[in-house]
Amino acid sequence: MPSDFISNLYVFILAGFVGFEVIRRVSPLLHTPLMSLTNALDAIVVVAAIIIAGRHESTLSTILGAVAVAAAFSNMVGGFLITDRMLRMFKLSKTKKP
Amino acid sequence: MTPFTPQQLIDFAYLIAVALFILALRWLSSPSTARRGVLSGEIGAVIAVVATLCHFEIIQYQWIVVALVVGAMVGIPLGLVPMTAVPQRTAVSHACGALAAALIGIAEYYVRIPHVTKFMMTEIALEVIIGSLTFTGSLIAAGKLQEILPQRPIIYKGQNFVSLSVLGAAILIALWLVFHPEYTHLFPVMVVVSLIFGALLVTPIGGADMPTVISLLNSYAGLSAALLGFVLNSKVLVVAGALDGSSGFILSVIMCKAMNRSFTNVMFGAFGQVQASAVAGKEERTARSATAEEAAAILGAANAVVVVPGYGMAVAQAQHKVRELYDSLTKRGVEVKFGIHPVAGRMPGHMNVLLAEADIPYDKLMDMDTVNPEMPQMDVALVIGANDVTNPAARTDSGSPIYGMPILNVDKARTVMVIKRSMSPGFAGIDNELYYLDKTLMLFGDAKTFVGDIVRELAGGGHG
Repeated sequence: MPSDFISNLYVFILAGFVGFEVIRRVSPLLHTPLMSLTNALDAIVVVAAIIIAGRHESTLSTILGAVAVAAAFSNMVGGFLITDRMLRMFKLSKTKKP
Repeated sequence: MTPFTPQQLIDFAYLIAVALFILALRWLSSPSTARRGVLSGEIGAVIAVVATLCHFEIIQYQWIVVALVVGAMVGIPLGLVPMTAVPQRTAVSHACGALAAALIGIAEYYVRIPHVTKFMMTEIALEVIIGSLTFTGSLIAAGKLQEILPQRPIIYKGQNFVSLSVLGAAILIALWLVFHPEYTHLFPVMVVVSLIFGALLVTPIGGADMPTVISLLNSYAGLSAALLGFVLNSKVLVVAGALDGSSGFILSVIMCKAMNRSFTNVMFGAFGQVQASAVAGKEERTARSATAEEAAAILGAANAVVVVPGYGMAVAQAQHKVRELYDSLTKRGVEVKFGIHPVAGRMPGHMNVLLAEADIPYDKLMDMDTVNPEMPQMDVALVIGANDVTNPAARTDSGSPIYGMPILNVDKARTVMVIKRSMSPGFAGIDNELYYLDKTLMLFGDAKTFVGDIVRELAGGGHG
């Protein structure tokens, strides 16, 4: 078993706990923006796709990498855009209760 | 002090990005800081992408630039869809995320072959299987939400057997590849079989279960990204995937609890179809109905009103009329709140977004656990396009298919009004006890038209 695996597993478990504790506190009010924001963050796989597409090891890997860049980047752009659009709509009532 | 290597600088940029991502989710906990969260996530993403573009291994840029432009051209329209279309947009976005992860895994396999160890092959196979099935599963879910595909569960005899056999086949091929990674022609077969399994997995699931399915697919998309992080030894992917995966997992658990069902029941139960027979054999009972004028008189005279919106409100596009009703009642000094069930709408939190879009202040949007204790103090509970989530049988009738499901206790309010097209049962095919209570008034008609009529009566009439 490679030693990288163990250190990645450490990171995975710890990030899972952090995610659980942070996301548990998100109000049900914002569950839809939560999902679109986590999608946008997940689109960080674009960095791996960029390297595959740019290393130019074979035609196949370049094509697969380029398609992956497009798919992930569309997620990143669209995810941030729609999350912000949704959050802009959430307003408090202007007048206090009488 | 030794200077940093380029790789270390890039890793450092990724570390900053990861910290910003966690802060983004932390700030999302409250609507007042949530937009700061989006900004933090954006900065993190930009830092990571720019650092990657400076990577020394990249020797040619033209395809990257083309792909980034194409991605932006697809992503911008997907970010500008109307709020009613957000569930299917989210499903498409899970599909894109999973596609990217699967394609990178496939590319890695072909680049590294023949130097693939058993351990590496296990990681790649698992990653590609999950990514592929999430891709097609999400596309089917998007098709159902967009109503290109039928919303009703599509089932046939022996379905679960067929689906699980296909998954079994994918796993067997993966196991074969682990021991013989050089069988490169088997790898595409594994991908195709996984794609088929994803479609088979989601096809039988009905529209009402979409909140759970979307959350579950979210969690798979996260898992595939995290596994990709293991394959590529990239901590930023492991962390982002773990965050996305745990978010999807938490939401799935919340959705399942809100429907009092288990994961296996959602995935293999084909809700709706099973209970359709439960309606048969009920005797005819009478319900009281009322006109818009009567409803307006009761609402105008109330002190506290709780509105319970369901997916039917969104289908009828009634949310803007509901806002007018809210304004009109608030002006008269009536306190109006909204009681929102966790599974109202087609994805977690969807109803809140639709009401916020209609300019209803978010401090009036209450979740089930907050609003239920206040129900006995409510003069009127106005149910618009919601059915099963208000059925008292879930509390009282242990024989009911929805028994044990947490509901909004609208039957505890002094008067209940239900806007509904007809007496037909809801999606689950279960008769609703609520409609036959003495305190219940049925308002028959289209939600948008009826709410509009009530608003007009309130404006014109001299009630209250």
